[in-house]
Formats: sequence, C-alpha cells, structure tokens
Amino acid sequence: MKRVLHYLKPQSAKVALQVTIKFSATLLELFLPWILEHIIDVVAPQKDLGMLAMWGTLMLLCAVAAFLGAVYANRMAAKIAASFTRSLRHSLFEKVTALPSEKIDGFTVPSLISRISTDTYHVNDMVDRMMRLGIRAPILLVGGLLVCSLMEPVLTLILVATLPLLGGLLILISKRSIPLYTKAQQCAEELVRRIQENMTGVRIIKALSKEEVEKERFDDASRNVIETDQRAEITMAAANPLMNIFLNVGMAVVIVIGAFRVDSGLTEPGKIIAFLHYFTILLNGLLGITRIFTLCSKGIASGNRVGEVLDTPEKILSVSDQIPLKNAYISFENVSFSYNKIRENISNLNFTLDKGQTLGIIGATGSGKSTVFQLMLRFYQPDKGTIYLEGKPLNTYRKEDLHHKFGVVFQNDFLFGDTIKNNIDFERTIADEARVKAVSVAQAGFINELEEGDETILAERGMNLSGGQRQRLLIARALAADPEILLLDDCSSALDYRTDAQLRKALKAGFKHTTTLIIAQRVSSILFADKILVLDDGKTVGYGTHDELLKTCEHYREIYLSQMGEEAA
Amino acid sequence: MSQKEVKTVSFRRGPKRGSFERPVQPAGVILKRLWNYLKPQFPLLLLAGLLSIIGNLIALVGPRISGRAIDAITDSGGVDYQNVFRFAGMMIVCYLVSGIMSYILSVLMIRISRKVVYSMRKDAFEKLLTLPVSFFDGHQPGDVISMISYDIETVNTSLTHDIVLMASSLITVVGSFIMMMIVSPLLVLIFVVTIPLAVLITRYRAKKVRPLYRNRSVKIGKMNGFVEENTAGLKTIRAYGREQEFIKRFDEKNNEAVDAYYEADRFACANGPIVNLINNISLAMISAFGALLYIRGGVTLGNISSFMLYSRKFSGPINEFANIISELQSALAAAERVFRLIDEDPEKADAKDAIEPEKVKGEIEARDVRFSYDLGREILHGISFSANSGKLVAIVGETGCGKTTLINLLMRFYDRDSGMITLDENPIESLKRARLRQSYTMVLQDAWLFHGTIYENIVYSRPSASREDVENAAKAAMIHGYIESLPKGYDTLLSDNAVNLSKGQKQLLTIARALLLDSPMLILDEATSNVDTQTEQRIQAAMLNLMKGRTCFVIAHRLSTIKNADEILVMDNGSIVERGTHRELLDNHGVYYGMYSSQFEAV
Repeated sequence: MKRVLHYLKPQSAKVALQVTIKFSATLLELFLPWILEHIIDVVAPQKDLGMLAMWGTLMLLCAVAAFLGAVYANRMAAKIAASFTRSLRHSLFEKVTALPSEKIDGFTVPSLISRISTDTYHVNDMVDRMMRLGIRAPILLVGGLLVCSLMEPVLTLILVATLPLLGGLLILISKRSIPLYTKAQQCAEELVRRIQENMTGVRIIKALSKEEVEKERFDDASRNVIETDQRAEITMAAANPLMNIFLNVGMAVVIVIGAFRVDSGLTEPGKIIAFLHYFTILLNGLLGITRIFTLCSKGIASGNRVGEVLDTPEKILSVSDQIPLKNAYISFENVSFSYNKIRENISNLNFTLDKGQTLGIIGATGSGKSTVFQLMLRFYQPDKGTIYLEGKPLNTYRKEDLHHKFGVVFQNDFLFGDTIKNNIDFERTIADEARVKAVSVAQAGFINELEEGDETILAERGMNLSGGQRQRLLIARALAADPEILLLDDCSSALDYRTDAQLRKALKAGFKHTTTLIIAQRVSSILFADKILVLDDGKTVGYGTHDELLKTCEHYREIYLSQMGEEAA
Repeated sequence: MSQKEVKTVSFRRGPKRGSFERPVQPAGVILKRLWNYLKPQFPLLLLAGLLSIIGNLIALVGPRISGRAIDAITDSGGVDYQNVFRFAGMMIVCYLVSGIMSYILSVLMIRISRKVVYSMRKDAFEKLLTLPVSFFDGHQPGDVISMISYDIETVNTSLTHDIVLMASSLITVVGSFIMMMIVSPLLVLIFVVTIPLAVLITRYRAKKVRPLYRNRSVKIGKMNGFVEENTAGLKTIRAYGREQEFIKRFDEKNNEAVDAYYEADRFACANGPIVNLINNISLAMISAFGALLYIRGGVTLGNISSFMLYSRKFSGPINEFANIISELQSALAAAERVFRLIDEDPEKADAKDAIEPEKVKGEIEARDVRFSYDLGREILHGISFSANSGKLVAIVGETGCGKTTLINLLMRFYDRDSGMITLDENPIESLKRARLRQSYTMVLQDAWLFHGTIYENIVYSRPSASREDVENAAKAAMIHGYIESLPKGYDTLLSDNAVNLSKGQKQLLTIARALLLDSPMLILDEATSNVDTQTEQRIQAAMLNLMKGRTCFVIAHRLSTIKNADEILVMDNGSIVERGTHRELLDNHGVYYGMYSSQFEAV
C-alpha cells in the first residue's frame, strides 16, 4: 500500500492545501449551529434588531464561505485523485510491459487487466473520498474529546479508556476484511476470464451448443464473486454497530459514575448533561472514522494488489559494450531451457548463422521450435548455455537496441481494431515507401484493392480478415522497418502454396541482408534455407542444408518424403 | 482461419466498433427496469425498511432514557441510585438492541444488493450467449468485461441502500413537517421557498451530470478494451520494442478515462455543499425570522428552539435525498449501458414450428446461395452444391475467397440473403438452431481452450465420456504421450497462456475433443494447420475414423489432405469456379491444377 501512496507524494503540497481548506470550511460549518444558538439564547432576548441583523448576516456569510470552501476543496480532491490515478495507472501499465514473461505467466492476463482497471479505481475512490470525507470526523472526534476533557477530565478518562479497545476492534476487523476483499478481487478475475473466454470462443461454444454449460460456469464464478464480496462487506458491517454499542455502554458507565461523583459533590448534574451533548458529537466523529475505515479496507486490498505488480523486480541485465567474442552473427551455444523447470523444452541447442543467411526450423508439434524464438527475443533466459548476437552475449544488449533489430510474426499474432496502416506501422512511424515495399513483398496486395485501402479499419483481432490475409498483414508489419533479423513463426500456414512461394521469392529479392529464421511445417517453405535445424522433443536431430539433411538425417527425409515424396517420386 | 473469409476485392467492413454509445433512454424507463431487479427482493426490502424505521425509533428512545437517568441524578432527594442503575441498564439494552438491529439491517442490505448484482450479471451474460457471432466481431472483450463488472457494480453501490434510506427517512421528513406546522406555520413558509429551490437545483444538476457519468462509463470501457487487447498482444509489442509508444497510446485512453471520471466527479462533488448551503440559509432565515417573530411577540423562545430541532431533523434527510439523486445518476448512466447490452438483438429465434429431427442423415444441399455481411457487398455469389450423407467435400481456394463464410452459413452463424440450404431436405432455417449445430462437429484453426485442466478441455464436447474414452481420443490425436509426460498428466491446469503448449499441440487437443463427439457431419477448417505433417499423418487414421460415415466439409491448404475428397469445390471470389475429384481437376488443367503444381514449384 505504501508503494501505491507514494504516487501522492508529488502532490503533497496540494494535499496540504486541500486539507487546510477543507478543515477551515468544516470548522465554519460546525460554527453555524453555535451562532444559531447564540441568536436564540442571547440575541433574541435582547430584542436588538441591529444585533439580530448582524448575527444573521454573519451566519449567512459563514454558510456561503463554508459552501465555497467545501466546493473548492472537493474539486481539488477530485483533481488530486485524478492525477494520482493517472500516474499510478501509467506506471502500472508501464510496469506490465516491462515484466519478465514468466512473471506475466505467473500473474495471468485477466489478473493484470483487473489490476489495471478495477483495482486502480478502488484506490482512486479511496484517495478521493478520504480527502472529502476524512476531515470532518477527526475534527469532531478531537474537538469533542477536547471539550469533554476541559469540562470533566475524570469522566473523559472513561471514554479515553475505551478508545484503545475501539482501535483494537477496528484493527481486528480490518485484519479479517482486507484479505476477504483481496479474495473478492481474485474471484472477480475469474469473472473477467469467463467473459473473455466466451467472447473469443463463441463459435465453438455455439457449435457445440454449450451455452448452458457456459452459463453454469459463469454462474459459479459470479456466485463466488458475490459470496466473497458479501463476506467482506458483512465483516466490515460489524464495525459500525459494534462501535455504537461500545461507546453507548461507555456512556451508561459515565452516567453511573457521574451519579457517584454528583453524590459526593465532585461535579454538577448540568455538567453531565453538557458532557452527554458533546459526547454525541464525539460519537458522530467516531462513526465517521469507522465509515472512512470501511472505505479504506477495499482500497487497501486493491492497493496491495497494484503494489504487488509494481514491486515485481525487473530483470536487470549487465549492459556492457563488449567486444565480439564470436564471428558468427547469431550463435546458440549449448542452450537448454525449460518453462516449468521440470521438463526441458530445449536441450543443448547449437547453431550458428551468418549475416543475411536463413535458418529453417522444422520439427514435430511441441518440439520446441517456437521456444527458440522466445529465447532469441530474450523473453525468457536460457537455463544453460549462451546465445550470441553479433558475437556478443545476448544478455549484454540494451532492451531497446535489441528489439529494434527484429521483425517478428508469431503464430496467430496480435492485430488491433485500428486502420491497416496503423497495424503495419505499429507505432514506428515508418516511411510510406518502406510500408509499400513491405506490403508488396508480403504479398498483401489485397489491401490496395479495398475501397478505403490501408485506411480500412480492422474489426477486433482482425476478425474481418481471413486467416491468410491476417498472416500477410503481419508479415508486412515484420518487414516494414527493414529489420536486421526476421523471425517468422509458422506464418504461412494459412497461405496457399502459390502465395507462399511468391512470398519466399520476393523476400529473397527484397531483403537480402536480413538474417531470417523461419519456423515451418512445410519443407517447401524452408528447403531453400542456408541451414536447416530439425528438432524433436527439444533435441537437435539434424542440422545442415537441405541436401545434406536428405542424406544424413532420417527424420528430415521422412518429413520430406511424406510431403513431397509421393508426388516427386 | 478462424472465422470469416472475406472476398479479396470487396472487403467486409467490420461491424462498426460498438461502444454502447447509442441514444439516451429516459430516466423513467431505466428506473422501471431497475425496479424489476429489485422487485423479487421486495419482501426483504420491506423488512429492511421496517428495521430501519424501528432502528430510528429506538435511536429516538435512547436519548429519552439517558435523559431520565440524568433526571434520576438530579432528583430533588439526592441521587436516586436505583433509577440511575435501572436507566443505565436500559440504555445498554436499548443500544445493544439497536446495534444488533442495525447490523442485521446492513447484512440485509448487502444481501439484497448482491442479489441484484448477481441477477443483473446473469442476465447480461446469458444475453451475451444468445447474441449473433457478428456482435463478437464488433465488440472488444474488455469493454464488455467493464460493463459486466464495473458498470453493474456502480449500479448497485448506491441503489439498494439509497432506496431503503429514502423510504425510511420519508417518515422522519413527514413527521417533522407535521410537528413544524403545529409549532409555527409561519416559519414553515421559509421552506416553501428553500425546498423547491433545492429540488429545482438538484433536478437541473442531475440532468447535467448524467451525460458526464455516461461518458465516464464509456471511457472506462474503452480503456479496459485497450488494456485487454494489448496485454494479450504484449509479446509482439515487446518484440518490436514498442513499449513506450504503446504506453503513450495507453496514456491517451487513461487520460480520457481519468478526465471523464474527474469531470463527473468535479460536477457531482458540488451537490452536497449546494444543498448544505440551501439548508444553512434556511436555518439562518429561520433563526433570524424566528427571533424577529419573538421580538414582535409571535412565538416563544421555546417554540423557536423546538422548531429548530425539527427543522434539522427535516433538512437532514432532504440533504440526503439530494445526494442520493446525484448518486442515482451514476447508477442510471451505468445501468443504461448494461441495458443496452441486454437489448442487443439476439440471434433470430427459432421458428415456432421449428423441427428437431431425431436422426440426421447429414445430406446437405445448397442452392444458389448468396450472402453479404454488409448489404450491397456480396461475398458469396450463388453457391450451389450438394453433399450426400457420408461424403467428403473439400473446399479450396485462395485466401479470402469465401470458404469460411460458407461454413458460417452452414452453421447458421450468419443467415444467407437468398437461395436455400437444406439438411436432409429441410431448409436449415426450419430446424432448431441447437439441433442443427449439434449435428456438426467443428474443428477450427484457432484452437480454443479454456482455463481448466486438460481433461476438462477434452471432455467438454461430451461430458458423459469416460476417462477411458478421453484417453483414447487423446491417443488417437497423438497427444496422449505428451500429456502423460506432464507432471500432473491430464490434470494439468491450462493457464491463460498455456505456456507449455504449442499452437500445434492445442490443435491436437481440440481434435481429441472433436473425436469424442458422434455427430453426422464434420467441419474441419484448417484444423491441423499448425500441426507438423508427420504428426498429421500419424493422426490420419484418427481423422479418417472421425470422418467415416459422416458428411465432411474440409478446408485445407495442404492439398495432400484433401486428395481423397469425393468432391472438391474450387472457390474464387465468392463463386465456385471448378468442381470435381482430385483426378478430374488435375486433368482439367485449370485453377486447381495451378494451385496443386505450385506446391512443388522450386524456389
């Protein structure tokens, strides 16, 4: 929570001003009943119209001043909360983009989404209301206590004695309720996940007529949210009545002890009456504090969730301008890696690639092909071995320097609901000629045939394009910045053979100096490559050119024959 | 390829990105609909109202008891200890009872409001499931998530609580008004000026603040949409090193959301002080005029004093009302968005006389089917074909020629514009939609898996399947070995990213899922596109088994997988340009021949 409140710091001056204004306005307002009593008790009996007019005017002035102060302070609170939330959310999103991949896997995407949205709102609410409602209650409490103790120090002691008890009670309740609110937020993630799943899988759900099952699954999640929420709120709801009971019992005790004191002449009954009056004010203050406290529990639970993300350490890599250690442009040396650290997804991988060369990677489903790319992009760190780029260990690169070298297409990559142009540009301000060239090499000419050309707006996830169109758009994106390294992960699976072949030809002609790594299912997509890597269950079973592999690698030959053999034979 | 094919030339414009920004519904209509959610809770609400009234009464009794306790202290004959103890004891009992009651009241309110949240969410989600596929292509999941979580929550933070509060304080208002009338009708006149003033101002401000709240909900939804979309695409953003730019894009949405929130907040946060001011002014006027009246000899001081007490009791709830009305606006704005989702047009209901044939043979015939996603931009131009029961029909063609659109029509994800598609000689529109869809097994390129164990994901298609059936299906799909090698085997939880599963493995899992089904027809839309060819061959037996005796529609780019088709439909730009068997088409030396030979074209 501290981590999160830190974002209020730059505004501490404003907060101080806001509190001062709110404080003064509140005092003015509390002053009003006093004037009122004064008018009735003192001014009216004097029957002096001039005095009456003066006090009346004073009261009006106070009311107006209190009004102005309150509005101003409230607006300031809203503004402070807004800038606080703005910067908190900014940092949170920034942090999410910088989180190591395994941390993101750990948090899960729906969880990050709810932390960025709902949790920041809860925190915002807390800060905002604290500044608006959190002033009056302490004034009433402290003021009430002061007046009481001036009037009747002994009786006040009884009240003061209950305070630690009350404080302990609040702490006890919050100890229970904050974890419950945290749990409620976790359950809400499940709700988010269900909606997300149903929106992306709607075709399968409808095809299997699984609406009823999905309703039940959502219902479970929804009930869970309601129940945990309810538990948290019901726990919190105990605070207010408990406070009331405690204090009023304290009041009864005050009356009884007061009776003894009156009896022994230590105090007068009038004082006790007045004491009880101020006691009610004090009680109101305390109840106000309880209310603020309720508000905070939810905010604190959310704040902790936000803080958890903000506190996740980023990987710090020792950046150094090392002299090249290797000659090859890219080399993998004895690289092993496992996602779950139980089963190796890549075992002892070795290969080298010169600038401008092409590496084809082929192998069975789940053999670790895509993992090579994940390591190459440094999304994950190898468990063993080293990856070199331009002869320097990959770890010594600055993140920005590294990622500017790449053009990447993942399987089923990400397109967003924006223009085609922006989807290709991907915020890199790419020159028009470069984009036109990329589109033509990527065989994405269909764009130009659209009525609105590359200004056409895509539907969510590019769903108004066919699979093949999406893939070509993504390839265009990868090529647009003229990357040094091109990573293509099975990105021509939805292309027909002819388009695929044209793409390869154009690539070869237009991007000669680009070092390319291609993952493919079809031998025809990679047989032209300078080197081909054949993977099986994370292990290298073949490495060489197409012709070499045909001779030496049984596995490769099988794949080749199964795809081309019958026809070629 | 998942979903809809688009004609290359005339691109389908995506359904306009919906953001639920349609015309405004009158407040009365929204309130009425909200009331429908509260109605089932009416007995509980009544009980809550009752409790709150009794609680108020007890709260009134409390001070009287303490007053009597003090009277006992000031008893003329010295302190009356017996009564002091008695009244102090009564006080404790009284506050104990009132404390317990107020706790019960809170619990009751929480329960009522959670029930309302629950049923609103239920309605919204269930509506979502009935919406046509086109809705999902036009709305961001993040926006819908925001609606179902944030907006519904907003509706209820105040609603239930406010209604009970308003109901119970109404009594106080009426009661103190009557008392004031008795004490001094002349002083009540002041309220004749100030109360309408307060009402007018509140109404005026309520009207102005609703669009602000509406905008707040919309902007929050948009930000959520952005976050959802981009967190999912995080790896791509990082691969290109575009973090800063996307943070900037996020900042735009964030700023809009924060600003919209601030604007609404800024406006609404003046409401309390305004009503307070009016109250204070009326208090000032009452005391001044009261004093004046006293000076003129119209009332006694005691009268003014008690009038003042009642007027405070009277204005407290009025103050509260003003705040409630303002809070209600945010509930109304949020509810409006939720109701818009609930009002979306669902898939056309089944015809009243829709049939549900017990047995489906699986004979499909399409006659001159025309279709456009967008009126005026025809995607399919008069498609005709027939597939007899148990036949294998392959659909090939360049990317974007309308293959998947055809599948969309067969499944009735969209309905054709003209022409006719029949199943066993019944037009498909005459069948219950669920029955029609159940008679297909569908495997798509985008393997859809959900958060759950591997076992749950496979058994999803047929929950009655035994463990053995599931394992056999996984074995046939060549994924059993991999599953068994995982530490938790079939009970491995597939988390959101399912990091350990490659795209190909996901496809194999969905094939295993399909293998459990026994439906007369099968659709394979690039079902094995991410599976390597060797594995594909190894699951060939399973696939053949899957296809045996069923009418199959297969879309594939790997022409080797469709060579055995009984009929191959070659599509181009939304028309079938060639049809025949593999042999016939090769002999034809047409489009298909060209596509087929390009497979082996050297680079």
